[in-house]
Amino acid sequence: MKEMVRLQGITKKFGNNLIIPHIDLTIADGEFITLLGPSGCGKTTLLRMIAGLEEPTSGQIFLDNEDVTTFAPYKRDVNMVFQNYALFPHMNVEENIRFGLLMKKVPKEKQNERIDQVLYLTQLEDFRARRPQQLSGGQQQRVAIARALVNNPKVLLLDEPLGALDYQLRKNLQLELKNLQRGLGLTFVYVTHDQEEALTMSDRIVVMNAGRIEQDSTPDNIYHNPSSRFVAQFIGESNFFDLDKENILAIRPEKLNICEEEEENFVHPLPEYYGTVVDVVFYGTIDKVFVRLDNSNQTVVAYQYFDDVKRWCPDERVGIWWYPQDAVGVKP
Amino acid sequence: MRKGKLLVAPAISWLIFFFGVPMLIVIAVSFAARTPYGQVIFNFTFANYQRFLEPLYIRIFVDTVFTALVTTLITFCMGYPLAYSISKLPHKWQQPGLILVMIPFWINFLIRSYAWVVILRSQGLINTLLLKLGWITQPLPLLYNDYAVMLGMVYALLPFMVLPIYVSIEQLDHRLLEAASDLGAKPFTAFRKVTFPLTLPGVAAGSILVFISSLGMFVVPDVMGGAKSALIGNLIQNQFLSARDWPFGSSLSIVLAVLALVLIVLYYKAIQKQEGGTNNEEKLA
Repeated sequence: MKEMVRLQGITKKFGNNLIIPHIDLTIADGEFITLLGPSGCGKTTLLRMIAGLEEPTSGQIFLDNEDVTTFAPYKRDVNMVFQNYALFPHMNVEENIRFGLLMKKVPKEKQNERIDQVLYLTQLEDFRARRPQQLSGGQQQRVAIARALVNNPKVLLLDEPLGALDYQLRKNLQLELKNLQRGLGLTFVYVTHDQEEALTMSDRIVVMNAGRIEQDSTPDNIYHNPSSRFVAQFIGESNFFDLDKENILAIRPEKLNICEEEEENFVHPLPEYYGTVVDVVFYGTIDKVFVRLDNSNQTVVAYQYFDDVKRWCPDERVGIWWYPQDAVGVKP
Repeated sequence: MRKGKLLVAPAISWLIFFFGVPMLIVIAVSFAARTPYGQVIFNFTFANYQRFLEPLYIRIFVDTVFTALVTTLITFCMGYPLAYSISKLPHKWQQPGLILVMIPFWINFLIRSYAWVVILRSQGLINTLLLKLGWITQPLPLLYNDYAVMLGMVYALLPFMVLPIYVSIEQLDHRLLEAASDLGAKPFTAFRKVTFPLTLPGVAAGSILVFISSLGMFVVPDVMGGAKSALIGNLIQNQFLSARDWPFGSSLSIVLAVLALVLIVLYYKAIQKQEGGTNNEEKLA
């Protein structure tokens, strides 16, 4: 696969604060890659360095095999969708979108053609004369995307673009964005702290923590084979069982099974732990059953689907078991 | 809510008694006549306003407006770069920068005007220096002309231009500039297309403050313009203090006040249009 972005030995300090100790990362052409991590993990800083809005303290940035490390943002063929959209309030939708084309001195006719195209793509044709303040959050979001897309950048950088929207709208826009990216075959670098968003949209997820890459893999692999305790905890829910200092088992709640303490004629593996149900919370599609393990302070959680054996109640004595292939060994 | 309203009562009554009532008196007097000795007689007449249309007064009025316009233009040309530079200083230097702009306010304005006389007059600082250096043989006529008046006005009113512009630059969302740069705008283009249009409300507020203040200014023309340049402020001052023609002085004041009011209304109209009717919390002035 063709390489589009390469970050090589990137470090970043703000004053004496080491934000990014060392990062190497290669992004392929046409890839939807997500930088995922808690706030302050350096993901936005990394994105801003690709845009040219921050300069790395050391290391190099290659864009389409050209060293752009010292290039100003206006000299880089990448565009950014900002977290709060950063739309120009004194321009209407069309003028906002035209801005980048004007800067690149694209001929007038070509400008109009491209603007019509992205307005169609983002379903904003009826709003071209509106000011940003007259649009809803979702519409503003679309304008921000259209304003970036119209320039036909080599890479589209998205900094938590859906963060300010409500849940339902976010769900819809996630799908729209993913379809847009697939349709255009454009390289997307997407920053978010929302693990669900990352899992549903990305071809590849880079999980970051404290300026380091914890794991870099496909969504499927990240979810099912988390490499560290941090990843298993940050993406989805996990139960951890410390075997010893070096070895921890991580088991997803949907893979954790509950049986009666005194069960007869069972066909599943023997329970590893016993405990008492402390709480059962109804979640619509599942019950979350919280179990306090005997002889420890640990509480584990198991998802129970309603076609399972029975619905548990607090204070019931239970056993906890799993299939060996569902337990993943992770680094502490 | 009721108790809250009570809190503004002192301010409101102050304004009614010491601003509203005198204003009404001035309006009334502007339609009155006077005795040869200056006593005001309340015979309703438009004579004072008709007198204003005499060529002499029209000329003074035009001169005043012209001086005010030029003063506004110069303070803008000097004030915008100054405000911009202060806003780009490291954060801890911005406050001292603003204080430097405001320090002259701490000294009485009349005294500052006479300080300019000391600097500019024939035996003043500049002329003495130039003579000693042998660059000139005759003192330059630096004082008592229209340029000196302009200089004094610009000096006095510059802070009124700088402060509102500084505020509007400070309020500008810096991410808009990042977006402009990201979209391919070089720094100067980004300034022209984004920073400047979005700080126009500050420019307008500063311009109104400077323009209206310079319309009514009489100390500067008095002290630095000598007898030669009379502006409308001096004319009004003369009517009240020397000519003892209160009705005419009042009508001139009203004309000035109406002009200022019209400008302020135009300003708010322009602001509302520019901001599309929303998001206009940065109305200052």
